[in-house]
Amino acid sequence: MNEAKKEFWNGVRAEIPLLVGVFPFGMIYGALALEAGLSVLASQLMSSIVFAGSSQFITAQLVHDAAPGFVIVLTIAVVNLRHMLYSASLAPYLKNLSPRWKVLLSYLLTDEAYAPSILKYETEGAKPFSHWFLLGAGFSLWFTWQVSTALGVFLGAEIPDDLPLDFALPITFIAMIVPVLRKSPMIAAALSAGVTALLAYHLPFKLGLILAAFVGIAVGTVLEGRKTQGGTP
Amino acid sequence: MNIWLVLFIGGLITFGFRFSLIYLFGRFEIPDMMRRALHYVPPAVLSAIIFPELFLHEGALSLAITNTRLVAGLIAIAAAWISRNTLITILVGMAALLLLQWL
Repeated sequence: MNEAKKEFWNGVRAEIPLLVGVFPFGMIYGALALEAGLSVLASQLMSSIVFAGSSQFITAQLVHDAAPGFVIVLTIAVVNLRHMLYSASLAPYLKNLSPRWKVLLSYLLTDEAYAPSILKYETEGAKPFSHWFLLGAGFSLWFTWQVSTALGVFLGAEIPDDLPLDFALPITFIAMIVPVLRKSPMIAAALSAGVTALLAYHLPFKLGLILAAFVGIAVGTVLEGRKTQGGTP
Repeated sequence: MNIWLVLFIGGLITFGFRFSLIYLFGRFEIPDMMRRALHYVPPAVLSAIIFPELFLHEGALSLAITNTRLVAGLIAIAAAWISRNTLITILVGMAALLLLQWL
């Protein structure tokens, strides 16, 4: 048990630098979700039911735009599909755990919990108590996300209504996306998705968003494929 | 659809992705094509949301300098590019929008 405890706290410690970045993000989410028209309870509980930052911001935006439920669900699915990669990458190290552990660690498997844990597994391999490290990293992130959401929801209610706060969501997306636009397939994916979203804006049920997302993903994937095969970029 | 139903199904799907290959270990591998495609999900989805917010005004394309959201958005993009910091980008973008609306 002592060894388990030690690994748990190692996980918490490894997570701390990430928590510093996550905290303001959770507050922004809480304030903007409320501003977008979600109730206090829905804004707060989304952080534990969905528990995936970027998809929560996008859900708030889509609720604000009165998108139908199936489009919101579809968008959450597209945005969170990447978690399958983390699942695949950690799977060999977790294969001997009980089903209960697998369920618990899967629930806690966010970008931020994955990053320090995979580093540990890749350098040390799976030791008898390694999963406690993932639990420590995942739980400390979960706890921080709930608290920062609550603080954001609380402060969000105090923000005067005449501020054009709905604009903070697209700006948050700009802040998330601009730093990753380095290679040309990435830029092409972003531009083609953006232009498609404009052209398809009047499609019913906000389906233009889904269409645009798939166009961008296809353009990026095809361009990258051509590059790696040595064709003209 | 009820918002609670949306959150519940969205949460279940998200959990499903996280659990999928931990559960299926050894029985299923992610195809390379899909692995590659997943990298392009964030720029594609986020741009698809950002562009209409900036370029459309009441449903019509507006490239005029009087489109305050477009100008403020471009300033935010510059701020994001230079600072690579979420908080600074939001503050600069909001300040730009407030200033432009006031002018």
